[in-house]
Amino acid sequence: MADDTLLDIKGLVIEATSYPPGEPPKEVTLVHGVDLKLRRGKVLGLIGESGAGKSTIGLSAMAYGRGGVRLTQGTITLNGRDIRQASARDLRTLRGKEVTYVAQSAAAAFNPAKRLMEQVIETSLAHGIMTKPEAEARAVMLFRKLGLPNPEAFGNRYPHQVSGGQLQRAMTAMALCPKPDLVIFDEPTTALDVTTQIDVLAAIKEAIRDTHVAALYITHDLAVVAQVADEIMVLRHGRLVEHGDTAQVIHAPRQDYTRALVSVRSLEHEEKPPAPPILRVEGVTARYRGTNFDVLKNITVDLAPGQTLAVVGESGSGKSTLARAITGLLPPTQGRIGFAGRQLSRELKGRTKDDLREIQMIYQMADTAMNPRQTVGTIIGRPLEFYFGLRGAARDKRVQDLLDQIEMGKGFADRYPAELSGGQKQRVCIARALAANPKLIICDEVTSALDPLVADGILKLLMALQSEAQVAYLFITHDLATVRAIADKIAVMYKGAVVRYGQKSDVLAPPFDDYTDLLLSSVPEMEIGWLEKTIAHRRMESAGN
Amino acid sequence: MHPVLKLVVQRLALGLILLLACSAVIFLGVEALPGDTAQAIMGQSATPQALANMREKMGLDQPPLTRYFQWLGGVLTGDLGLALTNDADIAQSIGQRLGNTLFLAGCAAAISVPLAIILGLIAARHAGKWQDKLISGVTLTTISLPEFVAAYFVIFLLTQDNVLTQAIGWVTGGSGRLLPVAMVFPGMGFWERLNAVILPVIVLVLVVLAHMMRMTRAAILNVMQSAYIETAELKGLSPMTVIWRHAFPNAIAPVVSVVMLNMAYLVVGVVVVEVVFGYNALGQYLVDHVTKRDLPVVQAVGLIFAAVYIVLNMLADIIGILANPRLRHPK
Repeated sequence: MADDTLLDIKGLVIEATSYPPGEPPKEVTLVHGVDLKLRRGKVLGLIGESGAGKSTIGLSAMAYGRGGVRLTQGTITLNGRDIRQASARDLRTLRGKEVTYVAQSAAAAFNPAKRLMEQVIETSLAHGIMTKPEAEARAVMLFRKLGLPNPEAFGNRYPHQVSGGQLQRAMTAMALCPKPDLVIFDEPTTALDVTTQIDVLAAIKEAIRDTHVAALYITHDLAVVAQVADEIMVLRHGRLVEHGDTAQVIHAPRQDYTRALVSVRSLEHEEKPPAPPILRVEGVTARYRGTNFDVLKNITVDLAPGQTLAVVGESGSGKSTLARAITGLLPPTQGRIGFAGRQLSRELKGRTKDDLREIQMIYQMADTAMNPRQTVGTIIGRPLEFYFGLRGAARDKRVQDLLDQIEMGKGFADRYPAELSGGQKQRVCIARALAANPKLIICDEVTSALDPLVADGILKLLMALQSEAQVAYLFITHDLATVRAIADKIAVMYKGAVVRYGQKSDVLAPPFDDYTDLLLSSVPEMEIGWLEKTIAHRRMESAGN
Repeated sequence: MHPVLKLVVQRLALGLILLLACSAVIFLGVEALPGDTAQAIMGQSATPQALANMREKMGLDQPPLTRYFQWLGGVLTGDLGLALTNDADIAQSIGQRLGNTLFLAGCAAAISVPLAIILGLIAARHAGKWQDKLISGVTLTTISLPEFVAAYFVIFLLTQDNVLTQAIGWVTGGSGRLLPVAMVFPGMGFWERLNAVILPVIVLVLVVLAHMMRMTRAAILNVMQSAYIETAELKGLSPMTVIWRHAFPNAIAPVVSVVMLNMAYLVVGVVVVEVVFGYNALGQYLVDHVTKRDLPVVQAVGLIFAAVYIVLNMLADIIGILANPRLRHPK
């Protein structure tokens, strides 16, 4: 049986030097002795939260340590030899010839200065695997297989000229072109919209099947990995938690942690009945300065105190632009915004201090929404000074109250953002919004950058705060599971317009309009064979039309 | 209109406006200088009547605005006026010297630009290792030497009979020693000229190398942080291929702007080198006439120097635009 083992990792230990702010550098162990075995033509899913060591282990199959990461112990046997001992020259032959890599963000992973074709066939030429015409023919064949438009001419384009979903497919073509034995897929669909993800996922799966390549498929989304993997390894903090067949891990997980991942949406949300609104958006139309294209088209929605309006749609649909119009950052060209019984000025300049205080925002990237040189106490204390004139002990007391409210307790006020985890940073941003004592908080994809379990905690916190303070949420997201878990009302946006709007139970019940149907049916379900079923269903429908 | 063409036309128009503004500033600056040209020419003993006649003859009695437009009109038709000191036609005097200046700058650039970029790439490839430190150390040392020191040092090494010149002589079959002067005359052939400027070119290369090398190195290292460099490394490409094919095309814009700044310096800032080697070019000409208070010459040369700066920077801008695939190939 030894001959069909492609990759055999034994006792792999991976270390790195970390440089915490204000402390001496220290050695950290990222992966603590992990074993992994992959047979030819099989797909192994590596799953876990960020920091679990998934990508680090994946890249170790190319003996590559990202950012100074060191492979310190263990053996990595690929095609019968230990590549941890290989010379730099051997490694160059191995990379690209035997193992290739598909990165999470194809948009960043393609060189902006080169045409796609040149990059896709580069590996095949550099290693002398094929001649240029052969490589180009294979690339066109792969473009066609991956469902890219106009496969003959696609390679002539530059990365910025094609969409994110197309780039992700082109990256897959780039990885498959040199006929490797193993492809490492590192979160290849995570950055895509659900409606795009399903097509890319199907294309990747088909390409893997047709080329008989083996794959390591890295993701944090169990429902996604259930569609493509033969086996699944669950990782946490650089250790193996559970390893088994896909069916076993999904349907009969043995470990508590896996069970938590499988049933991550523990939130149940009872929809609140309609009530007199605090926010009324009436016929709002907006465009960016210097353009003649409406990015928001005649938007009418409202929201009652203590309730949540979820705004869903794919990237570019105008969700965040609506938030900018409501906050006054992008003055509407038409329409009115009513808030708490009064008319808000279109322009930010025309708004009173109370207008500003009562509408607060929380952003997707907590990292960039905080000044890295300020302590948590300063960050939360600033709105207290600005809006309420609190100083000294009174301010510190209120900061501590807010920290208690976001369940972060003592000692955090003196820390800097860099010393916090992703979930903690987002909590601090929530506390900063709460400090203004707002009536409406606009949450712009606040859980999208977080791991599922952490995101779950943030949503629970937001719901608890809502029932305490009767604050209304305008919750922008592309994740329908989140919508189900928190919304009272839903507005579905597509190309700048609201295509469906109403109480949650009405919006999520058939009959659907075409777009909502597409959106809802694209969300991966934790069920083996879901992908094939959905794709087949769609093909049948489009054949029927 | 193609967006790139539009941007380029925009840059050209801006360059022209800037040049016009420069001409006004140069004129005003010269105008604001203390002292009286007529007095300077005729001396302290001139009678008021003689001074007034002189001013009338030179047009100095006209209002400044009229004189500015007269001057500008002359410049546009290629008439830079006559030098006050010897009544020579300025355009003619400048023409030949400008040629000498551009020849020297061109030779220095032809060697220093490729050399600086190659050294920058090597330094980036071995960042933090001895190769990097050696390259940075040597180029930073040569840039730190004042030009005249570097010049005398080069003269000392290459014009005396020593081991170095003997070795060169053994290879080339001549004496190996160079003349410590760089005299050029009208009617000299290209190779003769080239031979004459070897020493000043070496000095200029030493002076401008470090700046361009450091910028290339920094720009490359900046690009090396990008995700697509990791992609290239994971394709199994050799480090130099990664730098040359994937990093350098994305680092062109910052490198070009520094290259152009240094080329501008080679044209307008090398008077010390000209003096040391007795090279007859614009810098010396300008300094001579500043000391003689010959304002038309100062104005004319100032305008040419301004034009050189503007054209080279505009060129850097345009190359930067052309190097950006997003502008070259819009969606």
